[in-house]
Amino acid sequence: MEGAVAYESDLNLKATELRLGLPGSNESEKQTLLSVKSNKRASPEMAEECRSKSNSSISDAGNDGREAAPAAKAQVVGWPPIRSYRKNSFQTRKKDEETTGIYVKVSMDGAPYLRKIDIKVYKGYPELLKALEEMFKFTIGKYSEREGYNGSEYEPTYEDKDGDWMLVGDVPWDMFMSSCKRMRIMKGSEARGLGCTV
Amino acid sequence: MTYFPEEVLEHIFDFLSSHLDRNAVSLVCKSWFRVERWSRRRVFIGNCYAVSPERLIARFPRVRALTLKGKPHFADFNLVPHDWGGFVSPWIEAMTKSYPGLEELRLKRMVVSDDSLELLSRSFPNFKSLVLVSCEGFTTDGLAAIAANCKHLLELDLQENEVDDSRGQWLSCFPDSCTSLVSLNFACLKGEVNLVALERLVARCPNLRSLRLNRSVNLDTLRKILMQAPQLVDLGTGSYVHHPNSEAYVKLINVVKSYKSVRSLSGFLEVAPRCLPSIYPICLNLTSLNLSYAPGIQSTQLIKLIHHCRNLQRLWILDCIGDKGLGVVASSCKELQELRVFPSDPHGVGNAAVTEEGLVAISMGCPKLHSLLYFCQQMTNAALITVAKNCPNFTRFRLCILDPKKPDPVTLQPLDEGFGAIVQSCKGLRRLSLSGLLTDRVFLYIGVYAEQLEMLSVAFAGEGDKGMLYVLNGCKNLRKLEIMDGPFGDVALLMDVGKYETMRSLWMSSCEVTLGGCKALASKMPMINVEIINENDQMEENPDDGMKVEKLYLYRTLDGSRRDAPDFVWTL
Repeated sequence: MEGAVAYESDLNLKATELRLGLPGSNESEKQTLLSVKSNKRASPEMAEECRSKSNSSISDAGNDGREAAPAAKAQVVGWPPIRSYRKNSFQTRKKDEETTGIYVKVSMDGAPYLRKIDIKVYKGYPELLKALEEMFKFTIGKYSEREGYNGSEYEPTYEDKDGDWMLVGDVPWDMFMSSCKRMRIMKGSEARGLGCTV
Repeated sequence: MTYFPEEVLEHIFDFLSSHLDRNAVSLVCKSWFRVERWSRRRVFIGNCYAVSPERLIARFPRVRALTLKGKPHFADFNLVPHDWGGFVSPWIEAMTKSYPGLEELRLKRMVVSDDSLELLSRSFPNFKSLVLVSCEGFTTDGLAAIAANCKHLLELDLQENEVDDSRGQWLSCFPDSCTSLVSLNFACLKGEVNLVALERLVARCPNLRSLRLNRSVNLDTLRKILMQAPQLVDLGTGSYVHHPNSEAYVKLINVVKSYKSVRSLSGFLEVAPRCLPSIYPICLNLTSLNLSYAPGIQSTQLIKLIHHCRNLQRLWILDCIGDKGLGVVASSCKELQELRVFPSDPHGVGNAAVTEEGLVAISMGCPKLHSLLYFCQQMTNAALITVAKNCPNFTRFRLCILDPKKPDPVTLQPLDEGFGAIVQSCKGLRRLSLSGLLTDRVFLYIGVYAEQLEMLSVAFAGEGDKGMLYVLNGCKNLRKLEIMDGPFGDVALLMDVGKYETMRSLWMSSCEVTLGGCKALASKMPMINVEIINENDQMEENPDDGMKVEKLYLYRTLDGSRRDAPDFVWTL
């Protein structure tokens, strides 16, 4: 965590430190020690690792949890001093954000019914477009910024937060994920018009 | 003095509300002591183990309002094991026999069972007000009992409690005859409530001034409630999410626009940021705004909202407001007295965080600021010195630099000088929390300058016993001292044992005090309970006096060691 970062940027004493343990064995040691009992501090020996001029006079006992944090993300019990009620409300929120998908309706011109997909499962445009191709049994052309999708009469479009219809692929993936409200695969001349308006 | 009949004395004493005044009055003579004793109605007990219920009842036989605090403050941060104590049941049981006229009960960090709530609801016919803060141990069944049985209930205020939702409809248990509610806060409940019952309850309580809803209450219900209760002064919304351009939203905008009475706004437990502009029309009336539980509002949206809140006195917000946002607060909210900035991502190396810049901006723009809780990425001595100069009126100054032991990033120095400036400048400082890299020097400053200091919280600070001694010797008004991860040991602990009788409590965890030191203290001070919390199994064998104590909690008490201590708590 932050402690380790500050430590490394300071005097690079790591090169000359005395430790218990074989040279080269570092993070893994700390991890096993810390995983023994989450509530307890690591033993004082581990704390000898952290040495920075200004810290030298401060007791070792306090240093334990933080040094291994980059690897184990160990948190010191009681720190930061936030009420558990508040911490729990963050965690439930984060879990909500992580687990719920972003489901958007996808319509295709000429298809009798719409589909719904979770765009969160895709890592980028290529995966999304491939999935759409498979779902609706069609092919999408090649994307270029200047000309949109070339080589097919289908163009994937989406409605954004402002209610405008946009061509899929213009904005960065993350921005697309957060602004896409629904999708429509346009067909034919209408689609061509959209692709050429640049 | 003895010529006044006691009824006259009692009438005069009725005008005394401060317990300090009443304490003074009771020392004048036996007759005054007697009259005062029978007329004291309100009692505050900061540590429920400092006196027994029986002693309270014996001393003040006609109490109507009681405030009790249980677990030590660091229990909020998971430092106190689950079954440590702080049970309210012995208190309620004792009071059912002796205080039939009990009207108000306020509990903080206590364990409250459903049985206790049920007993409470049935035993006190005049019961009016129940306030539970950071409590646990009860479910909505207990709340149902309160709702059903307290015929004159004015206030049910639940703040940040851990409540289990059992299947059942506690809100529906308020009978139709209940029309007296003035304050209802159930924001911390996680489960669903019966929305129709809620609407009906609000509609039949014309005196309702304060209403804080939980997440299950949607926007449409909120709108209906606001229409039934145009007189609300304090509102906590539940879920503030709607579909764009929906009729419901348009209706809501119209209701909110005309809602002139609200002074305090909180909640937004779920919020679609695009809905925030609906609040703008009432922002000018707000004196208190709490958005610290509102997820996902970006800095720009917060800034736009706060820009309208020109009369804010209290602001609780998340650090995603950023330094720039705090600059806007500083230029918009000239009446600001209390600011709390909470971390939106406590364990992340935040990009959404505030630094010393935000705090300096606030100090320049808000001269009336006296209470601060500030979680930040970093702090500099220069900034603290500037803040101290700009805001000499701090009574509460709590700074939490998220990275423990972080020095001034510019000078790489400890933050002793910065905090020193704060205590020197703020002569009325009563509460202080330290963080960042600190040596013994900061404690020297505190001991010398912080004359009014009552509560000090310390973590990862200091170099040795001297630090703690500076504080214990210097701060004459110190009531609570809590230390985690400090280099302080037996020498500091034992230097002046008499000091602890002038304090409410001392907490030391992960310090250098030993079992032997604690035993010595306990033997010298019979009026102090010295409790050791050790969650190892080591306590069962014969522990060595040199063993370091994991957690020490000592407090003054009139009634000896408590009888409800669990196995892992050892009273010496």
